[in-house]
Formats: sequence, C-alpha cells, structure tokens
Amino acid sequence: MLNTLIEPLQYGFMQRSLIIAILVGLLCAVVGSYLMVQRLALLGDAISHSVLPGLAIAFMIGANIFAGAFIAGILSTMAIAFIKTRSPIKEDAAMGIVFSASFALGVTLITVIQKSNKIDLNHFLFGNILSVTIDEVRDTSIIATIVLIVVVALYKELLFYTFDPLGAQAAGLPVNRLNFGLMLLIALTIVASMKAVGVILVLSLLITPGATAYLLVKRLHEVMVLGAVIGVISSISGMYLSYFYNLPSGPAIVLVVSGLFILALLFSPRHGIFTSHQMKSGENVKG
Amino acid sequence: MQNISFYEKFSPLRRQVEETPTQARKSTDMNSTAAINISHLGVHYRTQEALQDVNCIIKSGKLTGIFGPNGAGKSTLMKAILGLVPISSGQVLYKNQPLMQQLDQVAYVPQRSQIDWNYPATVWDVVMMGRVRKTGWLRSFSTVSHQVVKEALERVGMKELQNRPIGELSGGQQQRVFLARALTQQAEIFCFDEPFLGIDQKTQTIIFEIFHELAAENKTLLVVNHDLGQSTAHFDDLILLNCELIATGSRQEVLTEENLHRAYNGKVMYFAA
Repeated sequence: MLNTLIEPLQYGFMQRSLIIAILVGLLCAVVGSYLMVQRLALLGDAISHSVLPGLAIAFMIGANIFAGAFIAGILSTMAIAFIKTRSPIKEDAAMGIVFSASFALGVTLITVIQKSNKIDLNHFLFGNILSVTIDEVRDTSIIATIVLIVVVALYKELLFYTFDPLGAQAAGLPVNRLNFGLMLLIALTIVASMKAVGVILVLSLLITPGATAYLLVKRLHEVMVLGAVIGVISSISGMYLSYFYNLPSGPAIVLVVSGLFILALLFSPRHGIFTSHQMKSGENVKG
Repeated sequence: MQNISFYEKFSPLRRQVEETPTQARKSTDMNSTAAINISHLGVHYRTQEALQDVNCIIKSGKLTGIFGPNGAGKSTLMKAILGLVPISSGQVLYKNQPLMQQLDQVAYVPQRSQIDWNYPATVWDVVMMGRVRKTGWLRSFSTVSHQVVKEALERVGMKELQNRPIGELSGGQQQRVFLARALTQQAEIFCFDEPFLGIDQKTQTIIFEIFHELAAENKTLLVVNHDLGQSTAHFDDLILLNCELIATGSRQEVLTEENLHRAYNGKVMYFAA
C-alpha cells in the first residue's frame, strides 16, 4: 500500500505537481470561503474566465503570464464595478457580460497564436499540472504565502466587512480598500491555480471545499481550516487517481472534491439531508 | 370624509401621547445639547430625489426617532448622516466637526433584513466585531475586549447563547446580538435602523431599557422606526419625514394633527377612498 503511494513520487514531475496541487487546494479553499459567504461565487467564475485574454497577450508580447493574467483579472472586476455603478444593469448581468466577452476574446487570441507559440488552448481551459516547472512551483509558493499572510493579518476586519459592510463602514473601516484587497487576493489565487486546474474548473476549488466545510462547522475560521483540509485531501487524491487510472488531473481533483461535498450534503450532522433532525436555520425558534 | 378617517387612524395614538408623562427622563433635559447639526442635507438616487434640504439638530441625552411613511427616506437620512450613501448637498457636523471624520464615535446597526443570517458566525463572533475598530490593525482582541463583550451579552440576556450560530436565533435574539455589538463599540452616537421590526415583546422591553440608560449617560441616540404605534411614547424627540423634513422637535411639538396629515397625506387619502 505505502509502496504504491510512494512509487509516483520518484518522478520529478509528480513531486512538482503534487506540491502545486496541495498549495492550490489550500489557497483556493481559504480565499474561496470569502466568495461563498458574500454570495459572490459568480464573481470567481467571472474573474477566472477573464484572465484568459491577459494570458494570451502576455504570451504574444513575451511578458510574464502570471502578471498578464493578474492584470486582466483586475481589469475585469473594474469593468463589472463600472457597469454596475454607472448604469441600471445589476451586478449578476454585468458579470455575465464581462466574463463571457473576455472569455471569447481570450479563446480567439489563443487560437490565433497557438500554432506559432506551440501552446494548447486546452491547457489553459483545463490545466496542465503535470508539466509544471520548478519556477512555477516557486511562483505559486510565493503567491500562496502572500495571500495566506494577508488573510490572517486582516482576518477580523474582513470578517466584519464581509458580514456587515454597512456596519463596518459606519465604524470607520476603509471598506473600499478592504473590498479591493479582497478582489486582489481572489485574482492572485485564480492566477496561481490556472496551471493546476485551468480557468474553467478553478471555480470548483474556490467554492466547493468551503461549501462542504460550511455544512459541517459554524464559524468562518473553521470553514477556512476545514475547507483547506478538504481542498488538500482532494488535490492529493485527485492526483493519485489521475496517475494510476490515467485520468486528466484537473477534472480528477474536481470530481473528488465534488464527491466529498455530496457526502457532506447527505450526512452532515447539522444540515445533512439524511442525518439532520433539526429544523432549518432560524425558522420557528422561539425568542 | 378624509378628515374623519384621519382622526380614526391616529386617535389611539393621540390619546396615548397626551397620557404618557416623560417620567424620570426629565432629569437629563438639563445637560442635553445639540450634538449633531444637519444642514441642507440632500440625497439623489440616479434621477430621483430621495431627500431634499433636511435641516435639523439631534440632541445628546435624548432618544430621537425618525418617523414617516414607507419610502419617506428614513433609512436614507440615517445613512446620509453617517456618509453611507453619497450626499448631493449639505453637511453633517458633530460637535462642530464633520461627523464623517469621527466615525469611531459611531455605533450603527443596520436593518436586520440587510444581513445574511446564514453567515458562518456565532453570537460571540458578531458581538466581537464591535471591538474591531478599537483594537486596531494587525492586533488581536485584548482581555478588556473579551470582558466588554461578555458584559454586553449579559446586558442583553444572550450570554448563555454565545456559542450559537446566528442563523439559529429568533428575530428578537438577532436584534439583541446587534444591540450588544453596538454597546461594545463604546460609542457616543448610536444609530439603529428599524430595530423593532419583527421582534418579540421581551426584546422590545430590553431595547428600550438600554436606550433610556444610554440617554441618561448623555449619549446621542437616533432610531428609525417603521410606524407610529404604542412605542412612540418612548421617544423624546422626533424627526418627521416625507422626502423632506415635515417637523422636528420634542414629541409633543411634532405629533400635531397638521404635521401628521402632511407626512402621511397620501396614505390617509387612500384609507378615505
């Protein structure tokens, strides 16, 4: 048993991709918890699709693809905010417009340049974790460290802001800066995860571990910690499944994390469909 | 016809206003002064004017209510005072300085319906949020903060539920959690948006007790209230609003037949028809 688990680790590519998978599973779960509690899952989707043209342009001009993707992600959140504040269009429609438009632009650009640059559109869409280089491992580690330090340092302010933005603003917290900081964290996390699962499936790693944990524990930091454990377990098992059964890595990871979510949905002690005897939150509780 | 139904609507209220004395709260009258000065305050939502040219003062040591019909801009006025919505004109001063620059003096409790009560947090977590600003960046909560939170929870009768997820509370309990959070902010100005909406009698009693205690400590209290009911008698001063200021001053001064008719005009017509 142990030998079977150790066997893949003799390959350098497997070591590197497992490190990336663990980092990404951890990072996405922590940052994605903020998206879930603010009901902004769609924003994660919007940012991840929007990074595609940034990647393509970075390739074309020979710039750092992390930087290109990051700038594109930030521009798209600003475009969404611009449409929302300057027109009667609601946020969800604005997100839908911006992310599909930039996705289309990204697919077009990559299709145009993929022959001359020897790149593959599929790798951007679904990830290509087995080809990560040692430099990419380094970059992802740096991003993960920065993001986690910021989350711990600003934990109490971000908790207040994401729970009650008006109350936080009235107490004098700089809510616009906190919100922008949160968007930066999300964009950084998505950029760091592209290689592992691609821009389409990254939403799963952002939302599903936190949602699974949310069914099991009741405080934000518990959701983040348990979500991170779930994310990491899913990443590792997905990688092994992918190795032994010759499955695509990104989808294998996503299928594991989704399977864990279904287990929690059915059997969570507090909210499980088969196991909870309690009434739903808030209703019929006497004061 | 119109006047008859108007009298019917407000006669129980009028009787109650005349019968209820201001009781012990009289003692605070001497040291209550104009704390907040609002001049020419206006708010636009896109093309629509939500509030126009509101001028009034809010005194410390008093319980001031913002009253008016639905859509009168009551919550908007409170948010505009605190700078939570962009204002199109005017200014708000606290002790002769812009209030916006003294938000550390303010404890604001939004409408309960604006909050996602399924947020993964316990009663303790939410009340602790009141200590975030006082604690400062990059620091963890002090033992003093823990003590303050404990006392606030005891004061509102929620100590034994401190580990409960907020989603498993009744409306009244949720409102008391918010009240406890406001207390831990140790503010000078307390602003509550519709705190009496959908709560039980016990909670209402606790809230008014605490409001009167805070007024006795010469704090400034501003409360948006949803309708003119029995509880109106608890307020010292009123701001009567219908997109513009109808009347402001002591409860007795404001609750005149003419003022109420002007504020609730449309509604009374509707009942009369």
